[in-house]
Amino acid sequence: MKISFQLNGESVTADVPDHITLLEMLREEFELIGVKEGCGQGECGSCTVLVDREAVNSCLMLAAFVNGKKVETIEGLAGAQGRLDPLQDAFVKHGAVQCGFCTPGMIMSAKALLDDNPCPDREQIKQGMAGNMCRCTGYIKIIEAIESVAKGGNSCG
Amino acid sequence: MVKVLEPEIVKAELQAVGTRHPKLDAMDKVQGKAVYIHDLKVPRMLYGKILWSEHAHARIVKIDTSRAEKLPGVKTVITGYNTPEIRTGFFKDNPVLKKGKVRQYRDEVAAVAAESLEIAEEAIRLIDVEYEPLPAVFDPFEAMREDAPLIHEDKESNILKLPWKLVCGDPDEGRKQADYIAEDSYSLPWVTHCCMGTSGCLAEFHANGNLTVHSPTQIRYLAQRDFLEAMAALGLKDKRVQVITTAIGGAFGSKLDTYPFEFITILLAYYSGRPVRLIFNREEEFFATATRQKVEATISQGCTKDGRLTFRDIDMVLDNGAYTSWGATTPSVMMMPISSLYKVPNVRYVAKCVYTNNIYATAMRGYGNPQATFAIESQMDTLAEMAGFDPLEFRLINANTPGEITPQGFKVGTCGLKECLEAVRDSLKWKEKRGRRNGYGVGIGSLIHVGGGARIYKSDGCGTIIKLDDFGKVTVMSGATDMGQGADTVIAQIVAEELGVRIDDVVVIMGNTDQETWDVGAHASRTTFVAGNSALFAARNAKEQILELAAPLLNEPKENLSIKDRNVFSINNPEVSMELGRVLRALHYKTGGTQIVASYFYDPPTDMLDREMKGNFSAAYTYGVHGAEVKVDQETGQVEIQKYVIAMDVGKAINPMLLEGQLEGGVAMGLGYSLMEELHLDKGKVLNPNFLDYKIFTFPDMPEIESIIIETDEQSGPFGAKGIGEPPLVGSAPAIANAIYDATGKRIRSLPITMEKLVAQEDD
Repeated sequence: MKISFQLNGESVTADVPDHITLLEMLREEFELIGVKEGCGQGECGSCTVLVDREAVNSCLMLAAFVNGKKVETIEGLAGAQGRLDPLQDAFVKHGAVQCGFCTPGMIMSAKALLDDNPCPDREQIKQGMAGNMCRCTGYIKIIEAIESVAKGGNSCG
Repeated sequence: MVKVLEPEIVKAELQAVGTRHPKLDAMDKVQGKAVYIHDLKVPRMLYGKILWSEHAHARIVKIDTSRAEKLPGVKTVITGYNTPEIRTGFFKDNPVLKKGKVRQYRDEVAAVAAESLEIAEEAIRLIDVEYEPLPAVFDPFEAMREDAPLIHEDKESNILKLPWKLVCGDPDEGRKQADYIAEDSYSLPWVTHCCMGTSGCLAEFHANGNLTVHSPTQIRYLAQRDFLEAMAALGLKDKRVQVITTAIGGAFGSKLDTYPFEFITILLAYYSGRPVRLIFNREEEFFATATRQKVEATISQGCTKDGRLTFRDIDMVLDNGAYTSWGATTPSVMMMPISSLYKVPNVRYVAKCVYTNNIYATAMRGYGNPQATFAIESQMDTLAEMAGFDPLEFRLINANTPGEITPQGFKVGTCGLKECLEAVRDSLKWKEKRGRRNGYGVGIGSLIHVGGGARIYKSDGCGTIIKLDDFGKVTVMSGATDMGQGADTVIAQIVAEELGVRIDDVVVIMGNTDQETWDVGAHASRTTFVAGNSALFAARNAKEQILELAAPLLNEPKENLSIKDRNVFSINNPEVSMELGRVLRALHYKTGGTQIVASYFYDPPTDMLDREMKGNFSAAYTYGVHGAEVKVDQETGQVEIQKYVIAMDVGKAINPMLLEGQLEGGVAMGLGYSLMEELHLDKGKVLNPNFLDYKIFTFPDMPEIESIIIETDEQSGPFGAKGIGEPPLVGSAPAIANAIYDATGKRIRSLPITMEKLVAQEDD
């Protein structure tokens, strides 16, 4: 079926089979390799993208569902001249990246978390990020990276 | 927190080493730009898929691939019957495509290459296999019985001809000298690596018959050697194999061997004449990759009235599964804590690896050490209690000391075990918190691990090539492998320090067998030490060349020159200086000019273990202590980790931030091993091949971790550093088990320590 949607700020169309997942469409049709398939079953969070600013497991959502919606992936975060989003920058500076496979999904989940709650405490970060798995870092540096962005905002006092 | 043991000997004024520099590839990774095997596509690429066995042990009566072959889009269907035999594994007992019989669920029976993954999957469903089930054996103790079904008919018994045995001193005499003896059995489960990126590879033959394999391997040079054997089997004996390492989505030992799927991909590429990529889905990743080995251990240790250990005696049976990979060799590493954790003069260790129809095991972070240390360190608490000692005091009495030679022949250089014990004691408020038995408790687990490479292979070496361009920028080509641990950054820091340039002036290239010199692989926590020393000495060589050639330019004797902040300058008269790039251009752009290229192959000064399994197999040893404070709900068995502290003697923190990342990540994996991880098998079949049923630590599970870094300045290491990759998970399970005992009086001797075990009446 033919769908139209906003992808990382641009209007796009795609002609996709009904059974194709959002993950498959983003990776295969749009070559957005930053959307990672870790399990394909909605358990690990590696494929997290934003659909109308909500974090979703793109492996569980059919591509057709995003017709008329706004989709954001890790590729859409960095600004002009590759200027990193504050979360991306914080992940780099806090050592929150090791093998990096979970990283794009982590950052997208963190984006949705901070969008929903700009000033989460550590416990709220842990709960908000519970759907994203990492096998390298032990999560601590990721929590610190997210915390630094939350505290770096003006609204957290 | 960084605690420097001997501040006066730490080298002054380091610019690059010791800084919290971000990982060099993190910029790419946060933008989703790193290319993992799943992201790699080449023109005309086909998709590979494997048909797995449906039986744990069965004769293959017939394989009918005709329906699959007729499916449009299918290019090649292969089985053990239409391809040359290629065997893999440490004992070469694993044919990559099975012929005659299957010995485990997950055995590779056939494979296809097709135009799309969907077609390949459909083709697999169209392959008909007729099996005749055979009696199977799933318990290593039953498998050792004379009447047990033989897993490999060409072998006399299911017990592998790998008689692991170590005897030091006189264990019988040590037993006699003991005033107190503890004797227990411990049981360790199958657990798996759970890399977030699943396994896979891409194989491509070139018109000249050479082969390129793209793989997230930890051992590209050993893989190259293995793939060359496959080439010989295909009649391509003189052809070349190039292995290119993709970005690695986690490894932890899982990619330390070559596996049938990689050879199958090569065969598919060969017979189809097209590039083939084969990638596991998550279910396959759980049931079709090799695990950490399951171990049953019986251990006794004794001590005198004054608390000195007199002997340690351990018997182990390892469920080897149906084939050998590195898992069968982990007893060689288990010997390390068994012989050399604490001063124990008399040691006996015997381990048997037994074939069963279960899944087989490979390397996994710690390489046997977590299993052995769980038994030793749990029982150290039991023995301390019998002898009337505080368990931490008991460990201090027996702690290893710098410069000692252990009964197995390890030459311990630096050793901060005592300092680690004291740091954890203070952090946990040990005296105040211990012994309450009210559901709150504290526990510790010490560890030793190799910190200066490990000569388990004939060479423990790593090569480095360094070149400098006309602008003072440095390219380092290292044989090392970065799988996320930060080898790229640590090597850049070491080279930048030695050459007096900035870290960002250094590019580290790793990952192509045609491009860099040999390295044995990313294992044994060896990369910072071995690849670091290799890079350091190559950089030193480059620096010598630069200073030699710069001397006439600056009119100063070479001995007076050094490089700092991108300038070659005179130590005696800092006003005499020249920008490094200018020096390099002056050397290059003239008749008979030159460019600076240096190389070094570093192989640590160590021994292969001898016939008695003795010798100094690492150039340095890393010590550490894990400590936990837990709260146990005695009604439900719920364990809450209230505080976790890890103190590690790392020699020198080249990059404290990346080091903390190793500690925190290792602890998370170790806590999963302690409390929740287990592959459940029913008659050889994995029952929980997904993250819903196989739990790993997630954000809410994670306690706060205090990392205490003790620097002992190991003289043989680069800038004093020792290896650190594996130790952060080695001591966690006993620390948790001991804390739970302190909280509840319940001694759990099998992992994982589940709520069910804790609410059961008896000790487990």
